[in-house]
Amino acid sequence: MSSRRLAKNQPTDFKLSKKALKEIEVWAKKYPKDRRRSALIPALWIAQKDADGWLPEMAIRELGDLLGMAYIRVYEVATFYTMFNLEPVGTHHIQLCGTTPCWLRGAGELKKVCESKIGPKGSVSADGKLSWIEVECLGACANAPMVQISNADGDDYYEDLTEENFGKLIDDLAAGRPVKAGPQNDRHTSEPTGGASTLNTKGLYNKIKAKKLPNSQAKKAAAKKKVKS
Amino acid sequence: MVELLQDKDRIFTNLYGLQDWRLEGAKKRGAWLGTKEILEEGRDWIIDNMKASGLRGRGGAGFPTGLKWSFMPKEVTNRPHYLVVNADESEPGTCKDREMLRHDPHLLIEGCLVASFAMQAHKCYIYLRGEYVQERNRLQAAIDEAYKAGLVGKNACGSGWDFDIYMHHGAGAYICGEETALLESLEGKKGQPRLKPPFPANSGLYGCPTTVNNVESIAVVPTILRRGATWFKSFGRENNAGTKVYCISGHVNKPCNVEEALSIPMKTLIEEYAGGVRGGWDNLKCVIPGGSSVPLLPKEICDTVLMDFDALREVQSGLGTAGMIVMDNSTDVVAAIARLSYFYKHESCGQCTPCREGTGWMWRVMERMVRGEAETSEIDMLLAVTKQVEGHTICALGDAAAWPIQGLIRHFRHEIEDRIDNYRAGKPVFVSTNIAAE
Repeated sequence: MSSRRLAKNQPTDFKLSKKALKEIEVWAKKYPKDRRRSALIPALWIAQKDADGWLPEMAIRELGDLLGMAYIRVYEVATFYTMFNLEPVGTHHIQLCGTTPCWLRGAGELKKVCESKIGPKGSVSADGKLSWIEVECLGACANAPMVQISNADGDDYYEDLTEENFGKLIDDLAAGRPVKAGPQNDRHTSEPTGGASTLNTKGLYNKIKAKKLPNSQAKKAAAKKKVKS
Repeated sequence: MVELLQDKDRIFTNLYGLQDWRLEGAKKRGAWLGTKEILEEGRDWIIDNMKASGLRGRGGAGFPTGLKWSFMPKEVTNRPHYLVVNADESEPGTCKDREMLRHDPHLLIEGCLVASFAMQAHKCYIYLRGEYVQERNRLQAAIDEAYKAGLVGKNACGSGWDFDIYMHHGAGAYICGEETALLESLEGKKGQPRLKPPFPANSGLYGCPTTVNNVESIAVVPTILRRGATWFKSFGRENNAGTKVYCISGHVNKPCNVEEALSIPMKTLIEEYAGGVRGGWDNLKCVIPGGSSVPLLPKEICDTVLMDFDALREVQSGLGTAGMIVMDNSTDVVAAIARLSYFYKHESCGQCTPCREGTGWMWRVMERMVRGEAETSEIDMLLAVTKQVEGHTICALGDAAAWPIQGLIRHFRHEIEDRIDNYRAGKPVFVSTNIAAE
């Protein structure tokens, strides 16, 4: 297990924005009335987005009050789940997948790119724009190696990376140039390189007319009647 | 020559997202066709047909889906029933549910309605892994579309059945893919698995009867019912029926996801769809056939083995999630497995001592084995420890951490021994990069 603690330097005043509170209320409505705490993980996520990508202690306390939970219960969830950053991160927070399927296809080289451009693992660049950590399998193994980058406007997967295109990606982000999410080569998603060898039968998409319930009881009864008559 | 699956028999016709994922596009591809009629056939018909189709759970354990549904109480008491869909896809090597969530979300939503109806659940939660941020936006958009079209919500599809469906997400814990940990997490707690019994069908979400199914198991349901159990059963061998989405990653020329029939030979799958092993089939070293938790298989077995539950069990491995990790001869296989050991150490929830302490212990020993800095007798000690972790924990994470190491020692013991000998002789031949984080 990974043991994680809150940051030593905490802001002295932090309040969730009205927008965040509204979003949390939408989530809380998804669960039975007496089960508001079910919304805790989405609420922590919203709070993290609200606080520039990491979770200050003040936010944890505020959520406890909001969802009617003891602070320690919120704290243990915030420290258990690794997507909650307990220390400040860069504007573009790179989560590099280092698990075996990505490692086999060159995640080790990508780490070196991060180290040379940003600094040692877990560090934030001097200008505060970039930070990186190594994470476990992100579930895009057919597009390995890959990273997820948390930006201000969302979190995207950047797949099919090489040292060259990853280095360029980091430079573009740092310089504020627009980047393209998804595969960084000519693949569309997880089809084989060079185009899909399946699902390309001509006319497939206007001919799929699934037969209606071939073995329903009504049809069976009708078929029996036919046989009898 | 093995006959390959034809496009007309594929369930996920938008696997690569080349078509429109929205309701309109999904309807053109056959989704939401005759859903009302399916529901009108009644619960027993649905469950009987699911049993007859031979569908086994696609999340890893391979438990018959129809049978699982039939464990839910027949009568609803004061405790409501729930369907929870496990979209916490985190098994290394597996990336299939993601494609369904972002490219065919309507098949999943329709499946949720049918399955919930069969189990008399008015509410369904879909639990996505936290990292799938774009996927959850996509799924939420699809759910909103379905509500707007009256396909879910009050009187869903005009069937008279009220059905609410909600998207929920986690925040990066592998263990939440275990069904009871997932329920804990959904209740806003740490994802630590519960003791079973009681099983979720009796006491699950909020203490109410709950069934937890994988995304793929639920998303295939409407198509199976539309096209018939016999159609689905016509693929694969006896007891291993149907089609399955395979993920092929690692040292192949064209890594990809593909839907194929169960029981297809592994070699055919890799060569036909993934462009073959890098450097040719003879350059293959080993394959982990079903996500990182199952033992690896050396080339001799890969030459002939079929990709299904029973065939892989016979060779002391498993189909798992069908996420295949291919490694060619250039691979430092000891380091590859050591990296997995680090993964399990990182993801252990810390509840049971054998797993919390064992995963860290196994990882540290594996790291030394990578360098050869060990005694030959320690190989047997490592094996003995894996046996002590396996089966002695609340959930299967302990087993999952033990099996890759057992597979490595079973098939590549000589490599570890060579490395130890070389290290002792002062000539470490494999200098691996420092692979793990700490």
